[in-house]
Amino acid sequence: MTTVQKAQVTPGNAGEKWVPICPYDDLIPERGAAALVRGRQVALFRAFDGRLFAVGNRDPFSGAYVISRGITGTRGDEPVVATPMHKQVFSLVTGVCLDDPATAVPTYPIRVTNGTVEVSVE
Amino acid sequence: MRIVVAGYGPAAHRLVETLADRGFDGTITVLGEEPRAAYDRVALTSYLSGPPGTGGEALAYPAPSGPVAVRLGDRVASIDRARRTVTTEAGHDEPYDVLVLATGSAPFVPPVPGAGRAFVYRTIEDLDAIREASAHATSGVVVGGGLLGLEAADALRGLGLSTHVVEMGGWLMPRQVDEGGGAVLRGHVERLGLVVHTGTGLDRIEDDRVILADGTVIDAGVVVFSAGVRPRDELARRAGLPVGERGGVVVDEGMRTADPAIYAVGECALVGGMVYGLVGPCFTMAEVAADRMLGGSAQFTGADLSAKLKLLGVDVASFGQLSGALDVTYMDPVGGVYKKLFISDDARTLLGGICVGDATPYSLLRPLVGRELTAQPSELLFAGTGSAAVAGADFPDDAQVCSCNNVTKGRISAAIAELGLTDVAGVKKCTRAGTSCGSCVPALVSILASEGVAPGKAPCEHFDHSRAELFDIVRVRGITTFSRLVGEHGRGRGCDVCKPVVASILASLNGGHVLEGERAALQDTNDHFLANIQKNGTYSVVPRIPGGEITPEKLIVIGEVARDFGLYTKITGGQRIDLFGARVEELPKIWKRLVDAGFESGHAYGKALRTVKSCVGSTWCRYGVQDAVGMAIALELRYRGLRSPHKIKAAVSGCARECAEARSKDFGLIATENGWNLYVGGNGGFRPRHADLLASDLSDDELIRAVDRFLMFYIRTADRLQRTAAWVQDIGLDYLRDVIVGDSLGICADLDAGMERHVGGYFDEWRATVEDPEKLRRFVSFVNAPGTPDPSIVFETERDQIKPVLMEVTRR
Ligand code: SRM
Ligand SMILES: Cc1cc2nc3c(=O)[nH]c(=O)nc-3n(C[C@H](O)[C@H](O)[C@H](O)COP(=O)(O)OP(=O)(O)OC[C@H]3O[C@@H](n4cnc5c(N)ncnc54)[C@H](O)[C@@H]3O)c2cc1C
Ligand code: SF4
Ligand code: FES
Repeated sequence: MTTVQKAQVTPGNAGEKWVPICPYDDLIPERGAAALVRGRQVALFRAFDGRLFAVGNRDPFSGAYVISRGITGTRGDEPVVATPMHKQVFSLVTGVCLDDPATAVPTYPIRVTNGTVEVSVE
Repeated sequence: MRIVVAGYGPAAHRLVETLADRGFDGTITVLGEEPRAAYDRVALTSYLSGPPGTGGEALAYPAPSGPVAVRLGDRVASIDRARRTVTTEAGHDEPYDVLVLATGSAPFVPPVPGAGRAFVYRTIEDLDAIREASAHATSGVVVGGGLLGLEAADALRGLGLSTHVVEMGGWLMPRQVDEGGGAVLRGHVERLGLVVHTGTGLDRIEDDRVILADGTVIDAGVVVFSAGVRPRDELARRAGLPVGERGGVVVDEGMRTADPAIYAVGECALVGGMVYGLVGPCFTMAEVAADRMLGGSAQFTGADLSAKLKLLGVDVASFGQLSGALDVTYMDPVGGVYKKLFISDDARTLLGGICVGDATPYSLLRPLVGRELTAQPSELLFAGTGSAAVAGADFPDDAQVCSCNNVTKGRISAAIAELGLTDVAGVKKCTRAGTSCGSCVPALVSILASEGVAPGKAPCEHFDHSRAELFDIVRVRGITTFSRLVGEHGRGRGCDVCKPVVASILASLNGGHVLEGERAALQDTNDHFLANIQKNGTYSVVPRIPGGEITPEKLIVIGEVARDFGLYTKITGGQRIDLFGARVEELPKIWKRLVDAGFESGHAYGKALRTVKSCVGSTWCRYGVQDAVGMAIALELRYRGLRSPHKIKAAVSGCARECAEARSKDFGLIATENGWNLYVGGNGGFRPRHADLLASDLSDDELIRAVDRFLMFYIRTADRLQRTAAWVQDIGLDYLRDVIVGDSLGICADLDAGMERHVGGYFDEWRATVEDPEKLRRFVSFVNAPGTPDPSIVFETERDQIKPVLMEVTRR
């Protein structure tokens, strides 16, 4: 037996770039949440100062979709998240892994419109 | 430039890594005979002591960055020097501009009758074969009593075989230690139950037995040869390149063979008339060759042959030259310690030394070889054992501190200063020192100290305080949030290191739910989801089963829950049941069913009390003298939910037969006719340690008071991720007894009150979560699609249960 849950891929609409995700207040400060945006898994973070970041949810080191469940913080002045699997640290700004700069997660534009968080994955 | 590397062992790996690090932009193709990429052969034995079937992943080196093509499981069969092409056994041709031979060496198999029945000890496949054969055998013989032979003998012993070691020389490790050291070593080895035969060789091997040259017959289901290695120079030989009389591809100090397009590095190379059988020089050769290919002029000028054996529970080390005009010897035959230093005739220069039974001077003295003595020779014998005779500050800058990776004191100091390194982990990462055999780590600690860094104190860049200091700050100033602590006593916004530390301190001092308010953001994913993350991003659920006692009704509920949610089910090593493969949105539903049936969280995810394991005790067992199960349940219920610097495990055995393995736990009870003996500071895990007896014949009440204080004192003063074993060793058993039995610090009333607060404030985190809609909102795979499960999670079936289908790991 192989159980596979199929991804629900929303067909892309070239004109519509920003995808509404959730109310801003639903995001817990300094904690992540995952969103499914046009078939892609995106990790959203609300930093302590209110800034928002969106990066790929897939941890490139383990292959598991868990970045949104990592602990956030800073390294120097850089806002970062550590993957919960083996604790490699990624910049939330550039997506680059600070422990192995050859590895990175994608970053996505994120904004708040009328209290709603929106992400663009184009 | 096209570089082709024949062989994929440590030397080849270092070569490729160095080329990539230094920006080499041609193509590299590595052709390896083994079915896997390069791994840490030095740590090979840990593969045997580890669990079977791991495929040796723990030994694998990180994949080199940059474009490297690798072809595995295919031996290079020949070199065509005219066409500059190598051909593999499978018939694959690979053209090169530069060819590097990194083919290592092969174990020497003495030509005795029956040798075909013996095993060798070189690759993961060799070890698999030994493990397999050992399963059907009761006894084993290792031929060769050198460093590797003893390592192999210990491995056979670990596989449960009664083991003999046969050494042709007059004593064990004849190449590293002198006769006196050999005698002390033999005492240690024999005390471990190994039988040693020296001064005799092998006559023949027969079915299930070995006959020695002196006529001794030994039963042996498994025979392992560890009688030296021979360089694998056959490719070079056939291609007409010069090889040494006793083997080895002849190279110059730039690691180049007689053919300018061909290099040889590692154990297959003969450089300066020597073949080097240690990984350190092999790494250096690889770095020299890489430098040459990039146009540099590095030279290999010989290497240190110091060695430290870290097995059999016995430290054996030798460094520098093993003879000299003068020597000082310290010998304690009862304690099994032998140390000898060789000194120049003017008594001013250290030439070398041998340590058996206590190698603490090794890492501190080895870098001082060839230098003027800094203290009386007799004091140096005790370097590192608390005497101040040698400290990191005494190393000259050019002293080689890590011989495996050829790192000098100067480079380490510079890295500490320039990069602001604060701990051994940082030094390892930035300089590579300490990353192979680990024997230089004490010297790294000492250098850090001499550079003004008290190692291991500050958990990370955000605080300058140790965990114990942070604990006191939080307690005395009544701090309840991370924001305030980091704002007033730290810098930045924390990280995955300090946040969980502070979360644990806040939990110990203030109680409350770990997901309450700001504290939620401090928790590791396990605490945040009150479950253990697994490799595919699902979680496992472990309900508490105090003392391992469970009713049939409750067992049925666990079975039903596992069946209904399709979870993989396994009995743990801690006397309870683990349910694996739950997605985040399933967790609250699973807990609801379990909580309704009377279960609660087992805190398998927390740095907290785990289990109090129990034997069946006097209620059923004909030998039991106390009610072990009743006591285990009482203790587990008392300390459940107690957050701590690391996890806490306990056990209770009903008599001295010790069926609950209490002495391997953080605290363990063994019943006596008169009450309980309390043991503390035991550990399984990475560094097993038997617990020490803290107090005997305690009544139930005395026992609970002692454990209360032991745990509270640990929680307040231990370092982050320091198990009680290391903590007890750090502070000393006598001191601990003074504090918690004799109240020498006058803090016992405070410790008692702290524990009462914990016991009174306990509640089940799972139930509290299931009953709180606000907390439940986090348990979704996607904020914008709460009903959608994570599509990346896929299972297949094995032995009638699910197992994760893993995601492909592609980093770029
Ligand atoms: C489930 C279990 C294995 C099993 O299937 O039997 C297990 C599983 C894990 N162990 Fe263990 N250990 C389990 C019993 C043990 C034991 C045996 C025991 O408790 O009697 C030991 C040795 C005893 C000891 O701790 O002294 C043990 C020594 C470790 C260590 C090494 C600790 C050390 O001090 O060196 C780690 C790593 C760590 O904690 O840093 C570890 C870490 C882990 C982690 C948490 C690794 C991880 O981060 O994923 C595993 C995940 C647990 C999970 O549920 O997903 N596990 N682990 C056992 C759970 C027992 C339970 O009911 O809670
Ligand atoms: C159990 C054990 C413990 C050890 N402990 C220590 C220690 O504590 N300290 C220390 O310094 N050293 C130790 N060593 C020695 C250390 O492992 C070696 O010095 C090191 O592995 C040498 O590296 P290498 O790359 O030159 O050769 P190898 O590791 O032998 O690698 C050579 C590789 O080339 C492959 N190969 C050979 N011929 C061909 C061909 N024709 N085509 C393709 N591939 C080929 C081989 O299969 C092998 O994978 C230990 C060794 C063992 C076995
Ligand atoms: S430890 Fe003692 S009481 Fe417990 S099961 Fe073993 S023999 Fe019986
Ligand atoms: S000396 Fe072996 S790791 Fe440093």
